[in-house]
Amino acid sequence: MTSGASITERAVCILSWVSALTVPAVLWTLMGFLLWRGAPGWSLALFFGDTAPLDALLRGAPVFDGLWPACLGTLELVGLAAGIAVPLGVASGVYLAEYASGRSRQVFSFCVDLLAGIPSILMGLFGFALILLLRRTVAPAANTGLLLSALCLSLLVLPYLISTTRLSIEGLPQELRLAGACLGLSHGQVVGRILLPAAMHGVFSGIILAVGRAAEDTAVILLTGVVANAGTPSSLTGKYEALPFHIYYLAAEHQSPAQLTQAFASALVLLCLTGLMFAAARLLHARLEKKWKTGTTS
Amino acid sequence: MTPPTNRLAERLLFCATAVSAVAVLAIFGFLLWFSLPVFHGDAVATLLSWQWRPLRGEFGILPMLAGSLCLSVSAMLLAYPLALGICCFVHGAGPARAARPLVTAVRFMTSVPTVVYGLVSVFLLVPLIRNAFSGSGFSWLAAGLVLAVLVIPTIVLVIDGQFRQVQNGIGLTGIALGLGPIQQLLRLTLPLSARGLGVAAALGFGRAIGDTLIPLMLAGNAARLPHSLLDPMRTLTSHIALVVATDSQSLAYGSLFACGVVLFLVSLLVNLALRGLRAGHD
Repeated sequence: MTSGASITERAVCILSWVSALTVPAVLWTLMGFLLWRGAPGWSLALFFGDTAPLDALLRGAPVFDGLWPACLGTLELVGLAAGIAVPLGVASGVYLAEYASGRSRQVFSFCVDLLAGIPSILMGLFGFALILLLRRTVAPAANTGLLLSALCLSLLVLPYLISTTRLSIEGLPQELRLAGACLGLSHGQVVGRILLPAAMHGVFSGIILAVGRAAEDTAVILLTGVVANAGTPSSLTGKYEALPFHIYYLAAEHQSPAQLTQAFASALVLLCLTGLMFAAARLLHARLEKKWKTGTTS
Repeated sequence: MTPPTNRLAERLLFCATAVSAVAVLAIFGFLLWFSLPVFHGDAVATLLSWQWRPLRGEFGILPMLAGSLCLSVSAMLLAYPLALGICCFVHGAGPARAARPLVTAVRFMTSVPTVVYGLVSVFLLVPLIRNAFSGSGFSWLAAGLVLAVLVIPTIVLVIDGQFRQVQNGIGLTGIALGLGPIQQLLRLTLPLSARGLGVAAALGFGRAIGDTLIPLMLAGNAARLPHSLLDPMRTLTSHIALVVATDSQSLAYGSLFACGVVLFLVSLLVNLALRGLRAGHD
């Protein structure tokens, strides 16, 4: 063993210890700071301001100083985006895993990869350009709003759905296909009755990840119709509020310490939301792996 | 014979898949179409200049392009060694008991919303930089540090996957050769993982250059080239967000879409690189 080699080895050892200690330390510092600043703001008033919660929930009373409109906006936005993206994404995943072959498979896979790599702000810019086009042509009154944001967000999360569905199906054991063939099922029946149900846990983990991604993205909605004070969303084409934008807005424009506390508390709410989804997705994925001993990583 | 319902189902699935391809083409087409006005004679010269002064009719996007490159490269220079270190720690350099919690923590990082990183850094990191050095604290340094934190999980998860795959195959060989865990990492796993290391770098870079919120909230957004780590800067992504919000002149809009085209081409290049890396292996 030369001394040069042992220096390299020592360097690797030091680098790995330093990074293994630094990165979690940074993460916990950030989370600790968030908790410290945000926890005092957690109360019913954070969500509903001065309005009585039941009035806001049941009778739709307007909430002026709370998170409720932003929560509702994010919920509708994510629901709409998932409504558009989930059927498309799962169908494409199934197609790429089971039907596509040769050249078309290569071309489509490349498109999906490319779509996954496009920065989210470009999805927003695309939506913005769409509105500019509509204004110049058929609908001079067209404006950015909830539906447009949902459309752009669905493009953003589509690749996640496609690749998780595809990997879940491709990772299933070969025996399942053989069993289907032995039963005399057609290819379509094998896919619909055996493979897709077997891969369901994986597909759902993909859906949850996609929902989490849609809930946290700010760049897309920044360009496609989110505003700071819209109240609860009134129509599909109207302006709306959303949690991540609310946080971004308060970070830049807060006028009092109370508002800043609200920003941190909202960030904590959003983090809990995405953290829960992340945990659920991991659980489902682990179930899939345990059940079929598939080789998919991540 | 395929029953007709099967063929219909296949046709439908095909259409759903085509949506992604159409979306990619539509995004590029729209960006190109709306940036066309600035690709005429004089306008190109205005576009490819170092001055962004919309009130004087100067719409140069070079400072933003340079800003994007500087920021993402510097973030990668910090993030990549750290991510590689974490992967080495997990695969032999550290105690085996600590590996799982560490990977779980890194996985958790993928679920932290970008805006949360931004918010916390504005009120934690920026004052630190302001007190330690001079200036406002909103700087290349602040954005670069946080962007590094943002891309670390992307890089770690790719390299970790690759390492795991390699070590499954050669773990016993390494032991049989009498190599210690770190020697095995250095002599076997790392050289055999070249492809995964490249993929991780490309994906991380794509993620870094595409992020909007971190530079928008932390980099200070001055539209000029930074001369030191403490100078404010503006990236292509945050430029798009800022100009959409404030401006309305048509040439400014044109330059906005030109920024979009540049970003699109960068992600296309990253993807072609990824494709090359993957094809080189098969």
